[in-house]
Amino acid sequence: MSSWRFGFGALAVVAAGAALPHLVSNSYVFYAGFITLQYVIVATAWNILGGYAGYVNFGAGAFVGLGIYSAVFLFKAIAAPLWLQVLGAAAAGGLLGLGMGYLTLRIQGVFFSIATLALTIVLNTIVVNWSFIGGARGATVLAPAPVWFPSIVSYVFFATLVLAVITVAVARWIERSWVWRGLAALRANEQAAECCGTPTLKLKLFAATVSGALIATAGAPYPYYASYVEPGSAFGLTIALNALAMPLIGGTRSWIGPVIGALLLSSIEQAATVTIPTEVNLLIVGLVLIGFVVAAPDGLLGLFARRQNQGARA
Amino acid sequence: MLELASNAVVTGLLLGGIYAVASLGLTIAFGLLQVPNVAHPTFVVLGAYCAYFGNLVGLDPVLAGALFAPAFYAAGMLFYEAYFICFERRGRGDTLQSFTFFFGVALVLEVVLILAVGVDLRSVGAGYIGKSLTLGAVTMPYRLIIPFVIGSTVGAGMWAFLTRTHTGLAIRAVAHDDRALRIVALDPARIKRHAFGIAMMTAAFAGAALIVLNPVDPFIGGEYIGRTFAIVVLAGMGSVPGTLVAGAIIGLMESLVVTFVGASWAPGVSFTVLLATLAVRPSGIFGIAR
Repeated sequence: MSSWRFGFGALAVVAAGAALPHLVSNSYVFYAGFITLQYVIVATAWNILGGYAGYVNFGAGAFVGLGIYSAVFLFKAIAAPLWLQVLGAAAAGGLLGLGMGYLTLRIQGVFFSIATLALTIVLNTIVVNWSFIGGARGATVLAPAPVWFPSIVSYVFFATLVLAVITVAVARWIERSWVWRGLAALRANEQAAECCGTPTLKLKLFAATVSGALIATAGAPYPYYASYVEPGSAFGLTIALNALAMPLIGGTRSWIGPVIGALLLSSIEQAATVTIPTEVNLLIVGLVLIGFVVAAPDGLLGLFARRQNQGARA
Repeated sequence: MLELASNAVVTGLLLGGIYAVASLGLTIAFGLLQVPNVAHPTFVVLGAYCAYFGNLVGLDPVLAGALFAPAFYAAGMLFYEAYFICFERRGRGDTLQSFTFFFGVALVLEVVLILAVGVDLRSVGAGYIGKSLTLGAVTMPYRLIIPFVIGSTVGAGMWAFLTRTHTGLAIRAVAHDDRALRIVALDPARIKRHAFGIAMMTAAFAGAALIVLNPVDPFIGGEYIGRTFAIVVLAGMGSVPGTLVAGAIIGLMESLVVTFVGASWAPGVSFTVLLATLAVRPSGIFGIAR
């Protein structure tokens, strides 16, 4: 796909998203659409570090929670508008990614993953003890009525759609730049890449920062969406699991993989929440994740490419 | 004040013994074999439920833990075999994939526990629970002493096993260089499988210790992920005495934070220690600088 076509496609998606609230009155579309778009952001952004560089971040839930609470903080402190909340969340997420990366990525990659495992609990602890942003009781965020959109949900939906398009564009840009080649080199063999003059540490820190910032933006619109936020749901396990499962099921080698994984898995999950309990849902996602990791490590994209290869040979 | 402080210190040190036994399996699996088994804390919780069900039919929880240990050993061998077939045999294991595999296993196990036993807190009954031992100004409840004794016994036994027996030596050798083992006609995969089984066996004892200490629910594994990895890294990868010392350090710090700062800050302790260790001395207390 050429960059022109991608650009026109992205513009068309944004325009359709802006028009949709005036055409569709059923608000469930926007509630469900928000969740799906949130996952498109999280999965695509996670993949910048996890897929391109091969460093697993188990703390996507922590980054989303950080985004949520950055937005709550800015709203409470200066009644910031949504775009400022998003920027604040991106700054906080980027700093957290950079800081974690700086402390752990200099050594072995496993330590980064381990540190992110514990990250959720730590951020949860801080939020529970910080009464200004609601503490353990939670915080209520009443959004002002949006100007152009008929309801707050459709406004949040549109904002998240724009963020998702930006995230996918960033991932696609990285994939076409020298950054991706550097990350691919260090994923294949870090020492060899370093010896060839690839600035591995800088690249890893760059990927960790961009990935962290973008994942955090996925959380920023949530307080407006839910109007009530509490630590238990903000730092849930579901996001951490889905952030991992969606790119791996879609395919980690290209920006389209996480998008496919997010759209597919999130739609299935939304349909499933109506019919089966959350635990069973988590169980199924977990089993599918294990199945893909064991049998199809390159995800649906990999399976598809393999079939095409076989077809070409036959 | 002095009484409060001395009680906090003793409680912390006793807690440390429990944290150490919960981390021992990771010391072997992650520290020695470099298998990032993030599911280990969840297996410890499974061990706690085994002790709980043993207790339901009238067994002492610690005895129940010991009875389940062979089953855990067998399960560990099978688990390693599955991991080996899926990942290691294909050559250099991709960290992303093996990490995700164990994360998925931990999640599935946790959800299965939730579905099987529910989300309520479960506790065990035994003659010593609820009683305590008073020595001067210090009061020690038996529900802390018994798990501490389990922890130090299993820890000491593990250390003796790894340093004094041929198998223990082979396990440490396989951690060092598994190609060299093949030269002396030992099968590294077999030894790793054995070691992984032993690592899993400690989860049965750790689970018994855990449920004697406090009531347990399926979510408690999440708290232990940060704690156990912090202990393994602080100890110096693969060091058993280091694990005991690091367990004591983390237990002590958590107990002091609970007493003097507030219980709601305690979950942050182990993470802070982990990051500080990685930043200042990544090889840990007893580790060899690499």
